[in-house]
Amino acid sequence: MSEPESTTVGKRGPELGMAGVLAAIALVVIVDSLRVGIGWADDGPRAGYFPFYIGGLLLAASLAIVVGELRHWRQPDPPFAERAQLRSVVAVLLPMVAYVALIWGLGIYLASALLIGYFMRRHGQYRWPATVAVSVGVPLLLFAVFEKWFLVPLPKGPIEHLIGL
Amino acid sequence: MEEITNLMHGFGVALTLPNLGFMLIGLTLGVLIGVLPGLGGANGVAILLPLTFSMNPTSAIIMLSCIYWGALFGGAITSILFNIPGEPWSVATTFDGYPMAQQGKAAQALTAAFTSSFVGALFAVLLITFLAPILAKFALKFGPPEFFAVQLLTFCSFVGTSKEPPAKTIASMMLGFALAAVGMDSVTGNLRMTFGVPELLKGFDFLIAVIGLFGIGEILLTMEEGLAFKGKSAKINFKVVWQTWGELARHWKTFLRSTAIGCWMGITPGGATPASFMSYGMARRMSDDPQSFGKGQIQGVIAPETAAHAAGTSALLPMLTLGIPGSPTAAVLLGGLLIWGLQPGPMLFVEQKDFVWGLIASMYLGNLVGLIVVLTTVPWWAAILRIPFSVIAPVIIVICAIGAYTVHSAMFDVVMMLVFGVVGYVFKKLRYPLAPMVLALVLGDMAEASFRQSMLASQGKLSIFWSNPLVGGITALALVILLWPAVQRARGWARSRGAAPVGDPS
Repeated sequence: MSEPESTTVGKRGPELGMAGVLAAIALVVIVDSLRVGIGWADDGPRAGYFPFYIGGLLLAASLAIVVGELRHWRQPDPPFAERAQLRSVVAVLLPMVAYVALIWGLGIYLASALLIGYFMRRHGQYRWPATVAVSVGVPLLLFAVFEKWFLVPLPKGPIEHLIGL
Repeated sequence: MEEITNLMHGFGVALTLPNLGFMLIGLTLGVLIGVLPGLGGANGVAILLPLTFSMNPTSAIIMLSCIYWGALFGGAITSILFNIPGEPWSVATTFDGYPMAQQGKAAQALTAAFTSSFVGALFAVLLITFLAPILAKFALKFGPPEFFAVQLLTFCSFVGTSKEPPAKTIASMMLGFALAAVGMDSVTGNLRMTFGVPELLKGFDFLIAVIGLFGIGEILLTMEEGLAFKGKSAKINFKVVWQTWGELARHWKTFLRSTAIGCWMGITPGGATPASFMSYGMARRMSDDPQSFGKGQIQGVIAPETAAHAAGTSALLPMLTLGIPGSPTAAVLLGGLLIWGLQPGPMLFVEQKDFVWGLIASMYLGNLVGLIVVLTTVPWWAAILRIPFSVIAPVIIVICAIGAYTVHSAMFDVVMMLVFGVVGYVFKKLRYPLAPMVLALVLGDMAEASFRQSMLASQGKLSIFWSNPLVGGITALALVILLWPAVQRARGWARSRGAAPVGDPS
């Protein structure tokens, strides 16, 4: 974020960010434990009794990580990952997010076919016949295994309803 | 010898035709899972667990534990032929296994790896056969304070033995506990940390966490490295196997040492991965010719494989007897027990004899059959790895999504899987260990219940954990293991101060 010419992303930012997220979670745990009560009721410890200490330890651990980072502040920042590497991670992560969103609308079979097709075309440079064969074949196989063999229903969308499955 | 009778009875349970069939299916799937990046023992078992809900528990655990053995075998194939560890515990196998393959000795390396795995597992199963009933009988006397002390020991040994920074181990563990606390509190009925979101009522399922952390997280990591598989091919024939076995017999000391390390690391929840590294290091240090390690020394294959398999197998000992898993995969199997309606712990040995001894017998059979299966089918598995990652990656993502969905038939879980996947990637990059988080998520409710019952008995005084020699001993051991690295660092620091004041590199 700081130096635009650098090809790597430093570790310090992600490190502090993660510790911050953990500290925030710890605070949520502590606050919610206080809400349900951390002391004793007539019948023994209340619901927040145990989580309160968990939250406290999590907060202490994340603060220790922050302090550890700050102590090495003057030393050079070790790399987290190269920018190109992060780009290829995002290139997988975004289709995954889109895939999960598509399952909602289209059902899992059609969404899976689209995901496999996208990967094969985009990352594998396959020709259309191979792409179509794999991306249609795998969901059909999954359909046979899950719906027919193990009788586990998976999410379906309008297309499946249209052909009456 | 009551154990022998029980074991024979167990063989009777395991040696039925359907159970042998499940064993074969499990082993084949396991090797496949071990070979593929992004699918491992823990998340492979987690994905398949929902399919076993309707099965008979004995058949189900035989199949799932065989997936685990298969994954342990499979990890070695990719390490040796492709220099890509399919599983974290086979990283150490690449050090000498891949050089051997480069020198045209892939068949010897694979035979050595599979045989070592088998030997390690065999010793660990023998240990389970004779130690588990004793431990279970002993554990029958345990009350809540003892159980909490054992759980404390489990978590303290994570902090004390892991290579990662202690603060990160604790943070990862506490995150697991915090996630386990979400949902309805089983004692008071209060809702904790749900914030009015109905999906959070049932809490976070560890199966979803395992699939996300290990499956999706691993895919993201693999993508970052931009994998192109370039490997050696191998065919194993009987002559090579025979010759290699002859050579292996000369390294019996390495086998014994590695088995001991593996069993110890498996029972205390060090797990298979540190066991394999520790064993490799020991073999190199004890060797007459340490220089040959890393250049295709067969002992460098034997040591990590024996230890990893011994650790992976003996991780089931504390799971069966105390209900405390020694590894993430054992944690998933423990979750399976709960789902099938079995209460893990000492009572299992009294109430579910068929189940326990059937499982133990299937460990002997599964590892023997597994050895034969991998020795005969190696070329097939190597061929699977030649399928480009651009095809395998989306298929694995689809399988993970289906696995996450089938746990509760909920789309919310699929979304959570993605979130856990990103967390897993960032954790791996920042060297947070994942295993403590998974174990805390699995054991969270149990640990909380035993802690609260102990506090109830003592009216809130922590002194209950020192109230008798047994619980006091376990608690003291836990604290020693927890503080051991700190003590050692303090000693090293004191020594460096006392001796020549050379600039400390750290």
